[in-house]
Amino acid sequence: MTLADGNLGLNYNVTSIVLEKNIERRMKALGLTEGTTVRLVSRKANGTSILKVRGTRLALGKEIVTGIHVDGGTV
Amino acid sequence: MKAVLNVGFIGNPNCGKTTLFNAYTGAKLKVANWPGVTVEKKEGALRFHNHDYKLVDLPGIYSLTSYSMEEILSRQYILDDEVDVIVDVVDASNLERNLYLTLQLIELGKPVVLALNMMDIIQERGMEIDIHRLPEMLGIPVIPVSARKKAGLEILMHAVAHHIDQQIDDNIQHHHQVNGNHRHDHHSELPMVYSDEIEDKIDDLQEQLQSRYPQIKNYRWHAIKILENDKEIIDKYPLDTASNMDQNYEKEIINQKYNFIEEIIDEVLVHRQETEAFTERTDHLLTHPIFGLPIFLGIMALVFMLTFNVGDYIAGGFEHLLDWLSQLVPAVLAGLGANDLIISLVVDGVIAGVGGILTFLPNIFILFLALAFLEDSGYMSRVAYLMDGIMGKIGLSGRAFIPMLLGFGCSVPAIMAARTLENMKDRLRTILIVPFMSCSARLPIYVLFSKMFFPEYAIIVAFSMYIIGLLVAIVVAIIIGKLERSKEKNCLLIELPEYKVPNARSIAIYVMEKVKDYLTKAGTTIFAASIILWVILNFNFSGMAESMADSFAAGVGRLLVPVLAPTGLGYWQIAVALISGIAAKEVVVSSCSVLFGVSNINSAAGIGTMSVLLGNMGFGAVNAFAFMVFCLLYIPCAATIATIKKETNSWKWTLYAVGLQLAVAWIVTLVVYQVGSAFL
Repeated sequence: MTLADGNLGLNYNVTSIVLEKNIERRMKALGLTEGTTVRLVSRKANGTSILKVRGTRLALGKEIVTGIHVDGGTV
Repeated sequence: MKAVLNVGFIGNPNCGKTTLFNAYTGAKLKVANWPGVTVEKKEGALRFHNHDYKLVDLPGIYSLTSYSMEEILSRQYILDDEVDVIVDVVDASNLERNLYLTLQLIELGKPVVLALNMMDIIQERGMEIDIHRLPEMLGIPVIPVSARKKAGLEILMHAVAHHIDQQIDDNIQHHHQVNGNHRHDHHSELPMVYSDEIEDKIDDLQEQLQSRYPQIKNYRWHAIKILENDKEIIDKYPLDTASNMDQNYEKEIINQKYNFIEEIIDEVLVHRQETEAFTERTDHLLTHPIFGLPIFLGIMALVFMLTFNVGDYIAGGFEHLLDWLSQLVPAVLAGLGANDLIISLVVDGVIAGVGGILTFLPNIFILFLALAFLEDSGYMSRVAYLMDGIMGKIGLSGRAFIPMLLGFGCSVPAIMAARTLENMKDRLRTILIVPFMSCSARLPIYVLFSKMFFPEYAIIVAFSMYIIGLLVAIVVAIIIGKLERSKEKNCLLIELPEYKVPNARSIAIYVMEKVKDYLTKAGTTIFAASIILWVILNFNFSGMAESMADSFAAGVGRLLVPVLAPTGLGYWQIAVALISGIAAKEVVVSSCSVLFGVSNINSAAGIGTMSVLLGNMGFGAVNAFAFMVFCLLYIPCAATIATIKKETNSWKWTLYAVGLQLAVAWIVTLVVYQVGSAFL
C-alpha cells in the first residue's frame, strides 16, 4: 500500500520510495528514508496530506504521497 | 588569527538562524542578493573582545547537495574558503532532522561550532539534552543559545574565536553501535563513519583524487560526494571511476547518516516527547479539511482591512500634508523669486510623483507588519497547504495566493510579497500576473467613467473590472504554464514548522528593511520617472508648451492614435491620459480633467460637461468600457515597474512583464470593443 491509502492518526513504516529522482532526494534529506516511521496527520479532499517524520511535520502533494510505499498501521 | 574573522551562519529553514543573526547584528546589516541570483545575502559586522567579525547569514537549507540554488550557493561559499568558522544553528526541539545538515557540515572539514537554539522550548516541554555527550559524539563544540532571549550569544562568539585553528579533537572515541573491522580506525578521528564497504570505496576514491587533483583540500568530502553521484563534483573532478562505481551509494550514505543520528538521539535526548501539544492542537483547527479555508480567508480579510482601511486613514493624513505642501511650496518658491518652470517642476513633477508614492507607505508598512507576523508565527506555510489544490489548477503554488490577493490593494507590496515563494519560477510567474489584479489606484478611473456612461449600473460596471482582471490573471497564468511546459510537476513539499509567538525584533527588522527598500529603490526610480513624465507632458521642441495639447506627450499621443483606434481608443487625449497613467494610475483621472479642461471632474456638472465633450468626439459607452479595460490591464505604474525590476533583478524580465501587459491589454480591449460595437 502507499501512504495515500493510509488512515489518519496511524503510524506506518516506509518500505520504499518511488518518486522522481529529485523529489526522492529532497525527501531523503528531510529524513524520509526506508525504514522510517511516519504518522499520517491530516489529509485534504485533493489528496494533499500532512505527515510527521522524525519530529517534523511535512505537507506533501498527492503525487508524492502516492509514491511512498508503506506497511504497518499502528496507533 | 586573521584581522577579520569570517563567520558563516547556516542551518535548516525555521531553525531561528535569522533571529540569532539579527541578535548579533541588530538592524545594522547589509542586505544584498547573491551575485546573479535573487537569493538574499545578509552581512553584518561585529566587534567582540577587540576582534572584528564579519557575519554572513547563508540561506536556510536542509542538506548540502546541489539540487537547489540555495544549497549550491551555501556550499560554494564555504568551499571557496570565504568562511573561517561555520556556525551551524540547530533547532534543539527538532534535533533529529537538523543534525543531518550538521553531519554534512562536519564532513566539509571546516571548523564548525554548533549553536543549539531554542533551548527554552526544550525546557518548556520538559525535555532535556545531554550537552556533554552531544559534543563528544559530534567532535565539535556545542553551545546552547536562545536567539529570542539573547542568551548564550557571547559564549557562542567565544567558541567561534577559540575553535578557529582547531581540528576535530582526536582524543574522543566516537561511540558507534556497529563496530567494523576496517583497516583504518576511523572511529578515533571522525564522528561519521560509514560501513566497511563504503569506507573502502572512500579510501579508494581518496587515493585516486590525491594523485590526480593534489590541489583539493578535503579528499574525504569529495570522495563521499562522488559516491553520492554529485553531478557538480563529478564534472569538476572527473575520475576513472568505472571500476568502483558499480552502484549509486547515495541512498546508503543518507541512511547511515540517519542511523548515526538515531544513535545520537537515543543517547542525548532525555524525556523525549512524541507530541508537541500546542502545535498539534492548533493545526487541528487551522489545517482542518473544512474549517481551514474559511479561517484563512477570515485572516486575509482582516489583513486586507487593516492594510487598506487603517493604511488609507493614515495615508489620508499624508495627502493633506501633500496638499498643504503643494500650496505652500509655490508661494515660498515664488517668494524666493523662482520662475514658473521651477515651481511647476517641483509641484507637478516632484511633489505629485514622489509624494504620490509616499502616500502608499502606510499601507505598505501595515501590510508587511501583518505578513511578517504570519510568517514568523509559522502560519504562512499552512497557507501553502490550504491553497495548494485551488492554485495548483492554474499552475501556481499555494503561496502565490497571497500576492494575488494583495494585488487588489496595491501591486507594489503584492509583488514584494512574492518573495515568500521559494521556487524562482513560481515567483516570476506570480510577479507577471499580479499587476492584472485591479489595484485601488485604478478605482477612481472606473468610478469616473462608469458614472459618466453607465449611471444606473455604475457599481456593476466597476465591479466587473475586478472580475475581468482576475480572469485575465488566471488565463495568463495557465498559458504561461503551458508555454513553459515545465516538466517539474508543481508538487507541494513543505515543512510545517512549530507555531511560535512572533519575535518583535525580527519583525521590526523585516518591516524596516521593506520600508527602506521601498523608499530608496522605488523612490529614486520614481523621482526620475516623475521628472521625465513632467517634461514630456509640459514641453515641446520650442520650450515649455502652452497646454498639454502641444506637448511631446500629445505628439506621441497622436502617433498612437492608429494603434489604439481598433480598440476604440483612437483619440490623442485618451492616449496622453494613458501615458500619464504610467506615473500612477489615478493620474489618468487628473490628466483627463486637464486635457478636457474640466476642472471639477468628480462633480455632477463636471461629469456632464465631460461626457458631452467625449460624446462629440464619438466616444460612447462601448469606448468607455474599453477604456476601463485598457486601464485595468495595460503597463503597471512606475512604482510597480521599479518594484518588478528590483524583485526580479533583471531588465529583461521587467521589459517582458511590461510588454506582456501591453499586448494583453491591447488584445483584450480589441475583443471587448469589437464585440461590444457589433452588439450595441
